[in-house]
Amino acid sequence: MSLQSSANEPAIELVGIDKKFGAVHANKNINLSVGKGSIHGIIGENGAGKSTLMSILYGFYHADEGEIRIQGKPVTIRDSQAAIAAGIGMVHQHFMLVENFTVLENVMLGAEGGQLLAKGVAGARKELKRLEKDYGLEVDPDAVIEELPVGNQQRVEILKALYRGAEILILDEPTGVLTPAEADHLFRILQVLRDQGKTIILITHKLREIMAITDTVSVMRRGEMVATRKTAETTVAELAELMVGRRVLLRVEKGDANPGPVLLSVKNLTVKDGRGVTMVDDVSFDVRAGEIVGIAGVAGNGQSELLEALAGIRKPVSGEILIDGKPVESADPALLRQLALAHIPEDRHHMGLVLKFEEYENSILGYHHDPRYGRGAMLDLDAVRKSAEEQIEKYDIRPPNPRLKTANFSGGNQQKIVVAREIERDPKMLLIGQPTRGVDIGAIEFIHRRIIEMRDAGKAVLLVSVELDEIRSLSDRILVMFAGKVVGEKSADADEQTLGLMMAGIAA
Amino acid sequence: MEYFDTFVSILGSAIRLSIPLLFTALAGLFSERAGIFDIGLEGKMLASAFAAACVAYWTGNAWAGLGAGILVAIIFSLLHGFASITNRGNQIVSGVALNFIAAGLTIVLGTAWFNQGGRTGQVPPEGRFSGIVLPGVEMMRDVPIIGPLYANVISGNNILTYIAFLMVPLSWWVLYRTRFGLRLRAVGENPGAVDTAGISVVWLRYRALIVTGFLAGFAGTYLSIAQSAAFINNMSAGKGYIALAALIFAKWKPVPVMFACLLFGFLDAFANFMQGKSLPMIGEVPVQIFQALPYILTCVLLAGVIGVARPPKAGGVPYTKER
Repeated sequence: MSLQSSANEPAIELVGIDKKFGAVHANKNINLSVGKGSIHGIIGENGAGKSTLMSILYGFYHADEGEIRIQGKPVTIRDSQAAIAAGIGMVHQHFMLVENFTVLENVMLGAEGGQLLAKGVAGARKELKRLEKDYGLEVDPDAVIEELPVGNQQRVEILKALYRGAEILILDEPTGVLTPAEADHLFRILQVLRDQGKTIILITHKLREIMAITDTVSVMRRGEMVATRKTAETTVAELAELMVGRRVLLRVEKGDANPGPVLLSVKNLTVKDGRGVTMVDDVSFDVRAGEIVGIAGVAGNGQSELLEALAGIRKPVSGEILIDGKPVESADPALLRQLALAHIPEDRHHMGLVLKFEEYENSILGYHHDPRYGRGAMLDLDAVRKSAEEQIEKYDIRPPNPRLKTANFSGGNQQKIVVAREIERDPKMLLIGQPTRGVDIGAIEFIHRRIIEMRDAGKAVLLVSVELDEIRSLSDRILVMFAGKVVGEKSADADEQTLGLMMAGIAA
Repeated sequence: MEYFDTFVSILGSAIRLSIPLLFTALAGLFSERAGIFDIGLEGKMLASAFAAACVAYWTGNAWAGLGAGILVAIIFSLLHGFASITNRGNQIVSGVALNFIAAGLTIVLGTAWFNQGGRTGQVPPEGRFSGIVLPGVEMMRDVPIIGPLYANVISGNNILTYIAFLMVPLSWWVLYRTRFGLRLRAVGENPGAVDTAGISVVWLRYRALIVTGFLAGFAGTYLSIAQSAAFINNMSAGKGYIALAALIFAKWKPVPVMFACLLFGFLDAFANFMQGKSLPMIGEVPVQIFQALPYILTCVLLAGVIGVARPPKAGGVPYTKER
């Protein structure tokens, strides 16, 4: 069976693609057909098999079975070279750019046009000019990548693909690192590309983007392509249900906040990063008991450093942090934990967990000195495992095995391990960074509910997230950070456009 | 005039001492810019010095010696590649292992073949690279300042010395003006970008290592059959590490590499000159201070005092495809 997704003739067809990694069946008999000159979305939770499928298309993996047809002809894609030759271009989630090269060098890499660079340079410049004119992809060919804003870096990735003659463009989670305005710009570019006859496949977990830009959409779940719809004929609710396999609450249900006294207070805080660049610039705010304060902003505008300073990981240059009205004298995470401040770090892989540890070992990370787990200098392993089992049960961590290596849990379950560890300590204040990054929809719902419960239990919650939807649905008050400063405060019902402009530093 | 003569003689000696550093540092440049750390430069130099001395001794042909030196250094490079590229092993461990193999193997084979406690036989004059007198030396000799410099520093070196200096612009040209160079620099920064551009990361890195072996072979050959006339136990004596320091000091760029090697060579020559001499006011200075200077300068650089040394971003990390 082949699901025809557009009235046009198909640019690319997948017939019966099947791929196993040992016991894991990553792609099960995938059939897909994408019409020429259309934008097709592929949506699914983490681990649904989207990435595997795209890696097969781009020659990173080989399908065990099945056929790929481009413009009606069967092709074998052995490696990226073959994918490029077949007219497939890929824009990766993490850009495949050499950061200290110029735009021109990056575009030419792999398509230099001869042994000597001098030969190809003039032609490459001319071709870049043409692409700029045809598709509105403006970028200075002599700019060095690391000095370009992220949105422009992504444009270079698109240029690379077009320069190699791509007719089919695959974008993997392209808006994760963009401001709302940059994302809009990207969408306009994609529309121009489509109108010029290019075929675009957009992989994302953001339902809103699917609705905004695609012509057709396919949903993947547990390695299977479960449905293909015309975007105009489906709804966000239907797609979400198809993704998860059951009904999902997209909007978090919560009552009004009942703010109490100020628990956490920040006064004129300035923080520099490792390079000596000021990342948090004279920031002041309060968080009260029983409220969630959300910090919105595009990644890299100082939220991470703010969170690290509050958690005692990074020493502020100046300013004060007060807990319960008392200034915190030294940057010391252990001391802060004693003062009942818990921290769910932004990046669970770098800070929240030791991936090589077994689950129960991670479940006490940072709380080793708790007398409950200790017998003098020794750990009471029975007590540790028992508490780990309790957390697994209460937070529905799967598989329910405290002896499993943490790396073998899915992203959502890893995050639940961190959340369980920090919340079960019953803190008074909770710092949360990117609570649902790389977490599937089912687990997002669960984690969001926990955060609301913390608020309702009278805790002070500070939430940092680059997902504006998340900030808006959880927060009672929203602070927007741009270039290290808090540029404004809005109530939870502020509209997205206003916040988006503030995040881009345009309006206050 | 006496001071000037001393200066000229130190300068000449500095050139001679910097040549093995220059070859080795350029060798390291190619592998490190491709993302493969090479602590095994020392071992490559030692092994190729031994091979060059053996073959030159047996055949009486210096060029055959050079060929053997290059061949052995390339074999060592490929072993490093097999461990760290193909099998994704730790590059430092692999490099150190090769250093040990070189140190041990040269002694064992040397003792077995020549029975002189690890020394090889004395290489006959035709099996060595000896000094070349450039044209015009006699004519220039009486010109003040330039004359002695030309006769004693520029002229009178062996062919390998001139090749070493030619390798500097050549390396620059290869790295910055050819397709191979562009790809090599790219693979040291972001191998993912190279892979997704449809270029084989593995083959590219192997080719970089072959260039490394080629250049390291010159360095070893220079030690045993240009600078001396036989292989002696551990004759590289840490030069591979100094070359690595020069490479870092030069921030992984070919022309600065040359200046760094000349500076380190000069410090070495100066240390030799100062041996047993006392400075006015200070008295006798231990030569170890001069010998330690290259390392001290490198540490100062790494501490960020003379600008930041930013190594190739993907250096030391074996490449695995995403997911």
